[in-house]
Amino acid sequence: MAIIYIENKPYQAPEGKNLLNACLSLGFNIPYFCWHPALGSVGACRQCAVKKYRDESDTRGQIVMSCMEQVAGGLRISIDDPEVREFRASIIEWLMANHPHDCPVCDEGGECHLQDMTVMAGHAYRRYRFKKRTYANQELGPFINHEMNRCIQCYRCVRFYRDYAGGRDLEVFSAHDHVYFGRHDHGTLESEFSGNLAEVCPTGVFTDKTLKKHYTRKWDLQSAASVCVHCGLGCNTLVAERYGSVRRILSRYNGAVNGYFLCDRGRFGYEFLSSAKRIRRAAKRNSASGAMEPADKKIILRSIKEIIAGGRVIGIGSPRASVESNFALRRLVGPDNFYSGMSAAEEELTALSIRIMKSGCASFPSLRETEKADAVFVLGEDVTNTAPMLALALRQSVKNRAAASLKKNRIPEWDNGSLCVIKDEEPGPLFVASLLPTRLDDAATRIFRGSPTQIARLGQAVAHAVNENLPAVSGLEQAVAKLAEEIARELTEASAPLVVSGAGCLSGPVMEAAANIAAALAAVNPRAGLFLALPESNSFGLGLLSGKPLDQAFQRAEKGEVRAAIILENDLYRRSEKKRVDRFREQCRHVIVLDFIDTATAAKAEIILPTAPFAEADGTLVNNEGRGQRFYRVMDPEEDCRPGWRMLAEIMEYAGIGDAGQWTTIDDIIAGLCAEEPELQGMREIAPPAEFRIYGQRVPRQPHRYSGRTAMKAHEDIHEHKPALDFDSPLTFSMEGFRSGPPPSLIPFYWSAGWNSVHALNKFQAEIGGPLRGGDPGIRMVGSSHKNFEYFKPAPVTPTPGGREYLLVPYFRIFGSEELSVLSPSIAGRIPGNLLLMNESDAKRIGAGNGSLVRVAVADAGASLAVKIDPGIPEGVAGYPAGMPGVEFMNLPAWGAITEGG
Amino acid sequence: MLEEIEMREIDEDRARCHNTRAGMIEALKIVQRRRGWISDDVLYELSAHLGVPPGELDSVATFYNLIFRKPVGRHRILICDSVTCWVMGEEDLKRRLSEKLGIAPGETTRDGRFTLVPNACLGVCDRAPAIMIDDDLHTGLTPAQLDAILGRYE
Ligand code: SF4
Ligand code: SF4
Ligand code: FES
Repeated sequence: MAIIYIENKPYQAPEGKNLLNACLSLGFNIPYFCWHPALGSVGACRQCAVKKYRDESDTRGQIVMSCMEQVAGGLRISIDDPEVREFRASIIEWLMANHPHDCPVCDEGGECHLQDMTVMAGHAYRRYRFKKRTYANQELGPFINHEMNRCIQCYRCVRFYRDYAGGRDLEVFSAHDHVYFGRHDHGTLESEFSGNLAEVCPTGVFTDKTLKKHYTRKWDLQSAASVCVHCGLGCNTLVAERYGSVRRILSRYNGAVNGYFLCDRGRFGYEFLSSAKRIRRAAKRNSASGAMEPADKKIILRSIKEIIAGGRVIGIGSPRASVESNFALRRLVGPDNFYSGMSAAEEELTALSIRIMKSGCASFPSLRETEKADAVFVLGEDVTNTAPMLALALRQSVKNRAAASLKKNRIPEWDNGSLCVIKDEEPGPLFVASLLPTRLDDAATRIFRGSPTQIARLGQAVAHAVNENLPAVSGLEQAVAKLAEEIARELTEASAPLVVSGAGCLSGPVMEAAANIAAALAAVNPRAGLFLALPESNSFGLGLLSGKPLDQAFQRAEKGEVRAAIILENDLYRRSEKKRVDRFREQCRHVIVLDFIDTATAAKAEIILPTAPFAEADGTLVNNEGRGQRFYRVMDPEEDCRPGWRMLAEIMEYAGIGDAGQWTTIDDIIAGLCAEEPELQGMREIAPPAEFRIYGQRVPRQPHRYSGRTAMKAHEDIHEHKPALDFDSPLTFSMEGFRSGPPPSLIPFYWSAGWNSVHALNKFQAEIGGPLRGGDPGIRMVGSSHKNFEYFKPAPVTPTPGGREYLLVPYFRIFGSEELSVLSPSIAGRIPGNLLLMNESDAKRIGAGNGSLVRVAVADAGASLAVKIDPGIPEGVAGYPAGMPGVEFMNLPAWGAITEGG
Repeated sequence: MLEEIEMREIDEDRARCHNTRAGMIEALKIVQRRRGWISDDVLYELSAHLGVPPGELDSVATFYNLIFRKPVGRHRILICDSVTCWVMGEEDLKRRLSEKLGIAPGETTRDGRFTLVPNACLGVCDRAPAIMIDDDLHTGLTPAQLDAILGRYE
């Protein structure tokens, strides 16, 4: 810490940081545009000027850009000096010379950084009276709206899109006063992170197109903290609602998880909430006609009670249901009858990853910490498509070499202009070993393509090269052996090496090899990390509840030991072969489905009870790193919908099971859970209990400028409706309450006086870009204090079958492979067709070309798909679009036959 | 279509450059030298040849006012509008040029003979005001000299 003087008063500030960051962290207000905490400084907009003085006797001072100054002991500055104030006012005046001043019709209005900075800089009256330049806007696809006239040329958009996120189709064109930010031509923005433009752009140029469809000003939005449900990383989100429908998702800053950003699946997937596939009413099958008919919940509860009384009831949980809901189901049916509902491979890999984490074989960095790795080896995962934000983090990691050489030359880390100049000169190292081409290939130093067995063998060879006491891999091709040496060398020499793997190629040996490498590295370097991605939002949490594999439920049904199955938020057709699920359905007399979307499984249920999706429910999800995170409902569930756990508690109460009658709030369930699972004690600490109050007050979900509340239901009733009550959290559905500084896990939106945009976040962080005041929310549930890791033995090489067999491997797509987000219309617009990826010579061999229909058959399943020839695919391998809408489940990877013709 | 010779020149140049991005400007100049300007078609071909997205290439092309993204006349007149030339009578010169040619800066005469482009500094402040036609510099000019000079360019 250094002492610096601001307006002649001493303050402590971290040495070497940039001055703008330090001043904002100290609570001062300095307007800025081109600087962004995640993007660093370029000193381009000149808005953040302050005056710097040589020493105490210097009275004239010199105007400098605070974002380009380094904090050093004795630094003296003034923010308030009249000359520099005038300077800042004039800067914003010229930045805005061409700005159309169309706030009333601008989607950014009311949460606009430009508005805030204009007020802050004191540019109150416009003097520019001439013709303004105008632009044609572009059609940029389903996510982002473009309105170029509002641009103030801060360059943040291209710096984020191109330099930070690695996108290559957003550019800046021209010069002078007619610079243009957009694509070369109309067309969908290709980056998986394009939605962040809406938050990064300080004006209304790039805005959220899905919000536009049902636009509401920020001050009229009711919001709550939530957690993304669309992959296993658990990015934190802010969900905003008006008139009973969710209007948009913003990134909720978590310094340990997603930082400032989200991926487009996470940001735009929310539209599934209003999809036609939503289930909102309880229904029962008419035994005579066979049709599903809405029924009174009481009647349904009575039927369920009877079914339960009949015995032989099992429960099937789900990795997309909260810990609480899964636990409630386990309590309802009893631990012996509780099945996780994951596919065999998912189940095995989830358990394996939890076991590895518990073994403490290496350090397990948070998502955000992976940005700091300086050598990365990815095994078997196309991270952009399975754990998107991890790809964004790894794209930062490849700049760390360049950053280190800047440091050597005494150039500060935040000097982004310098970093961008040299970042491509010494990129990486990032090694990607995958089944098929990945979206991270362009950032990779070297790529290895092979089957899961080959990837595992490469991994084991790397582990051996790191620690020669580990078994050598025999019979490696020379090129592979050389690659293993190189990877091992880079990882060993790095100061924070990182090994990434996961469930992406559905192979245990690959994950084991990754663990071996990380453990071998960690034996000599405690910073060596392992990051294992898991497929779903609560895979890990479900894994902690020790449910039995789905296959065992099927086996039990086979033996006639299942009379009734209660299936929680799970479409079994995504988890197992159609034949087997069909058979299971026939073997169960009764099937009760609790879900919020109408799935193939729900379509065959006898009883359906509608549960509430994340926006209408509270619960806990445990992400891939074992971090338990609470999400809060932003509105009360409508019609018959209830959070899964509440619905199950109602059933238990009605059926008189256990102490369920006492389960009225989420806190009761968590207490019940902690009593049964001492390992999950952390659940209590994730968020404050419902009775938590600040000065006796709750935390409001609505901003204090929330308008129209009294008239919201005027079409139904002239009286103002009573706000819904919340017994599960300290939040309230109201504007009233305590609004400054709620505990981080509760923050429903960011706002601070003078800061209406997303940058209000500055006021909630202990240090800008660092953890939130009070610590980043979430608790890691699995400790690894005790080391008890035993190296995995390399898996035996499975013989390659002869004849016409192909190795079918799954591929996943950010837009397409996830069950819920594909129901969102904006995401649906981005789903590629269901294509079988093949190498050209393989396709030729079976007489197929691009687009020809082929038949794929493995042991228990088959499908007809169109072929897409992809030169990046190894011979003898074919990529199967696992989990995409309308694609049948196959237990992959597997050997199978591909024949011409559907 | 890019011609064989253009591609060869571009590749030779690229070999000298630090990275592809650095080679983009030269590649644009090589193509423009033979064709006068960079059409969309040429831009796409060039981007494929260099292996960079068209947007990246166009970003460079549109930044420089001497890379032409619209057809230009047979002769390009660059008129210096930097401070020194302005002090020494650039405005007068520009007005007279515009009148004579019947075009505003940035435009091309109907007969396709001249394109008039303002330019920030031709680097001859000591001999201001200056214009440059194609590769020839004309300095210390008065409006009266324009007729004779323009006459030399058919
Ligand atoms: S479009 Fe937005 S982010 Fe990009 S330069 Fe303009 S104001 Fe800045
Ligand atoms: S990376 Fe995963 S958790 Fe994060 S926003 Fe995207 S889908 Fe959601
Ligand atoms: S924020 Fe410092 S110059 Fe732009």
